[in-house]
Amino acid sequence: MNPDLTILLIVLLPAAGAVLNGLLPLFWPRLRKHETVIGTVGTGMVAVPFVLTVVLFVQGYGDPHVATFYTWMGAGDFTVSVAYRVDHLSLIMALVVTGVGALIHLYSVGYMHGDRSYWKFFAYLNLFIFMMLNLVLADNLLVMFLGWEGVGLCSYLLIGFWYEDLKNSAAATKAFVVNRIGDFAFLLAMFILVREVGSLDFATIFAGAEAMSQGTISAVVLLLFIGATGKSAQIPLFVWLPDAMAGPTPVSALIHAATMVTSGLYLLARLSSLVLLAPTVMGVIALTGALTALVAATIAMAQTDIKRVLAYSTVSQLGFMFMATGVGAFFVAIFHVVTHAFFKACLFLGSGSVIHGMHEVEHSLRHKGYRGAFDPQDMRTMGGLKRFMPRTGRTYLMATLAISGIPLTAGFFSKDEILFKAFEFGLDGHAFAWIVWAVGLGTALLTAFYMTRSYMLTFEGAPRWPRADEVQPHESPWTITMPLVVLASLSLIGGFIGLPHLAEKIGLTNWIHGYLAGHEGHPGPVAEAATQTHVGMPAEVGLILLGSAIAVVGVWWSWRFFACHGLGGDALIQGRFKGLYRWWKRSYYWDEFYDRTVVRGVIGGAEHGLAPLDVRLVDGAVNAVAKAAQRISDCVRRLQTGVVQAYALAIVLGVIVVIALIVS
Amino acid sequence: MEIALSWYLTLAAVLFAIGVAGVLLRSNLIIILMSVELMLNAVNVTLVAFSQSMGDVSGQILVFFVMSVAAAEAAIGLAIVIAIFRNKLSVDINDFNLFKW
Amino acid sequence: MLAESLFVMLGTLSVIGALGMLIARNPVSSALWLILTLFCVAGLYLTLSAEFIAVVQVLVYAGAIMVLFLFVIMLLNLGTMPTMKGVGWKKAVGFVLCVVVLTQLVLIGATGLDLLPATEVVDVANAGSATTIAKSLFTRYALAFEVIGILLLVATIGAVMLAKRRFA
Repeated sequence: MNPDLTILLIVLLPAAGAVLNGLLPLFWPRLRKHETVIGTVGTGMVAVPFVLTVVLFVQGYGDPHVATFYTWMGAGDFTVSVAYRVDHLSLIMALVVTGVGALIHLYSVGYMHGDRSYWKFFAYLNLFIFMMLNLVLADNLLVMFLGWEGVGLCSYLLIGFWYEDLKNSAAATKAFVVNRIGDFAFLLAMFILVREVGSLDFATIFAGAEAMSQGTISAVVLLLFIGATGKSAQIPLFVWLPDAMAGPTPVSALIHAATMVTSGLYLLARLSSLVLLAPTVMGVIALTGALTALVAATIAMAQTDIKRVLAYSTVSQLGFMFMATGVGAFFVAIFHVVTHAFFKACLFLGSGSVIHGMHEVEHSLRHKGYRGAFDPQDMRTMGGLKRFMPRTGRTYLMATLAISGIPLTAGFFSKDEILFKAFEFGLDGHAFAWIVWAVGLGTALLTAFYMTRSYMLTFEGAPRWPRADEVQPHESPWTITMPLVVLASLSLIGGFIGLPHLAEKIGLTNWIHGYLAGHEGHPGPVAEAATQTHVGMPAEVGLILLGSAIAVVGVWWSWRFFACHGLGGDALIQGRFKGLYRWWKRSYYWDEFYDRTVVRGVIGGAEHGLAPLDVRLVDGAVNAVAKAAQRISDCVRRLQTGVVQAYALAIVLGVIVVIALIVS
Repeated sequence: MEIALSWYLTLAAVLFAIGVAGVLLRSNLIIILMSVELMLNAVNVTLVAFSQSMGDVSGQILVFFVMSVAAAEAAIGLAIVIAIFRNKLSVDINDFNLFKW
Repeated sequence: MLAESLFVMLGTLSVIGALGMLIARNPVSSALWLILTLFCVAGLYLTLSAEFIAVVQVLVYAGAIMVLFLFVIMLLNLGTMPTMKGVGWKKAVGFVLCVVVLTQLVLIGATGLDLLPATEVVDVANAGSATTIAKSLFTRYALAFEVIGILLLVATIGAVMLAKRRFA
């Protein structure tokens, strides 16, 4: 098949799905009841692009193939085309987006069953996939920005999907506003690039990068990174992601774990050769990532809402990816994006399955006359679910092991590679990389600990919900468990696409490294920091053993701890850390800090500074103009006497003037 | 047949000025309409005079058309006068100021 | 010589008629004065050897239009009205403007003729005959002729609509 046509289909089918699912039921309310049709259309419009992407992948497209469809805008020398670029990087991202997306669509068919706005949900999800594909396939920054804003919009719509609850609307608005801050930086970066290079095409930007001064490049990369911190939830803009869990769980899995939040990483990887020219900013990126990873991991230790644990874990894992970016190992960042998409989507979907079951419990409890409070997302009321939801439990456990980095799972390979690269970069004489490496090790331990904690509290031990002997949840239907099984399997085996350096000794290569970064004399789409020193074989073996040991110890320790103490484990930890624990519990008071400074500052400034200005100056000017117009017309309107002869007089006067002008 | 063109033009100018005076000075709607007819006639005179002096028949054709339009205008104008008269029982132009602010 | 005296006579009469229309108190006499002017103008057309136009002038203006005017005047049963209700500033300004227009036009008539392109007078004798006009009217100006027919039709319908009792 013609590759241009294939690309067009990949991008446009989800858009068609959004239109079909969004507009038809809107104008034809009877369609809204047909969940099967809506779900099939929605899932199919993502599954077919996935198949097409696989076809492109198998056919080996990826020596950058640019498909230009039409000129979006042209002004003088500056043109922006709607053009899509298929290379190894965008193919991998498109595979993740459509593949995981299709699974999550399938999952939503069961999960959203019975929702009043079922059709709207699928329309939004399809729209999201369309925008995300625009983002990853774009050949220039502006089309990418279109997708970037588009996924932001979809994120807003889906977080606030159950907008009747004011809390959800507030979370949606928060996500949107915080994202806008980052988007603003992205815009500024684009403005600078247009001024310096005169184009937004990636190829032109790379070609023109050498002509730019060091300061300009640093400014551009820093601004792009700030944009990425907004979308990818890094310090200081990470506060929206935990609140974004207000949306339906498939949304959390798709948008706020697997795809959208990784777009910041994708942006930096896409412009990797530009990023490499700004070593100072790379340090900032790596340290920000490290700090975020650590902070989010500690917060996750103290959360009791199952989805919030996963949300902070996502923030933490994104921090890991930024560490990789900061030490110049972009392909590793993308590698972790891929593996993280597998296990985090699996974890979220698993939590969704759990919540689904707990809703059932709540329903039965209410039915039996239970009046007390009940939060179906609170891990404190779960426990022992393994018995009732075996498939969910097993897949959740597999994903937990993967994210913890137990050897030979997906997370092990990608996380180990990140730490290895940080170590190598430090050895190469970049002092900050040592800090990054150390923090990474610590965070890996924490990750293993808190993820195992969430598994233990949810699935092991005895049931803790009220009347547990009478009321029991059941395993979810196949549309929910099937994606879980697929994703869990991928979490276990997905890491083999990126074998460690060591594997070369036995004739195996790091496939994803060759695919993304290319080989000698044939560079791939992702650049790589050139390192002078090479880590020796013994050190490498040592690092791998260290990483494995940390993961195993973390999991084992947490397992023993919570198997022994159950829910009491939290209290023990709290007793041990005291004040610090309170900080974790309240997310380091980050929201309160923003509320006190930024929000109150803006509101106060508006009330005391701008409001009087607006009333006096702006309104005054407007009113003055209106009054002046009224006064003048009061005088002038007297000319309109209504007496016809006066008009005739004026006409004759005009005739005289005209004749005089002609004759003279 | 050798009368100079300027004589006709002068005569037409006088008639036209009288027509203008009628429009500007009289207050009877019907007389104003008649003055308009007079102005049209004055213009016709110049057209015919030019046509004659330049030996081109187009001027007279134009006069023919002007007459048709004048007939139409008189018919409509008088119909309007009748309609107004039914409303106000007057044809004095100073009694109407519908356009007034 | 004959032509000049004829012109002077007709011209004087037409101006007298026009002034009479302007000054007369009674609308009926105004209309009669105007008819005099119109007849004189028809005579002037004859001196310009525009016979067809002269005949049409008599038929359309003096015949049809003025009869319509008289008919309306009588239908409305208008009595004598004062010609001038005092001399307001508006009237004074109007008068001044008339004089200015007159001066301008006379000046142009007397001096501005040099601006005209020089043309050769051809076939003076037959220029105004019905044949010549008809040839031109039905060939070169056929479309305009049809359009003016439609205009008259529309005007007729409009006049009927306006003058209908219901509309008043």
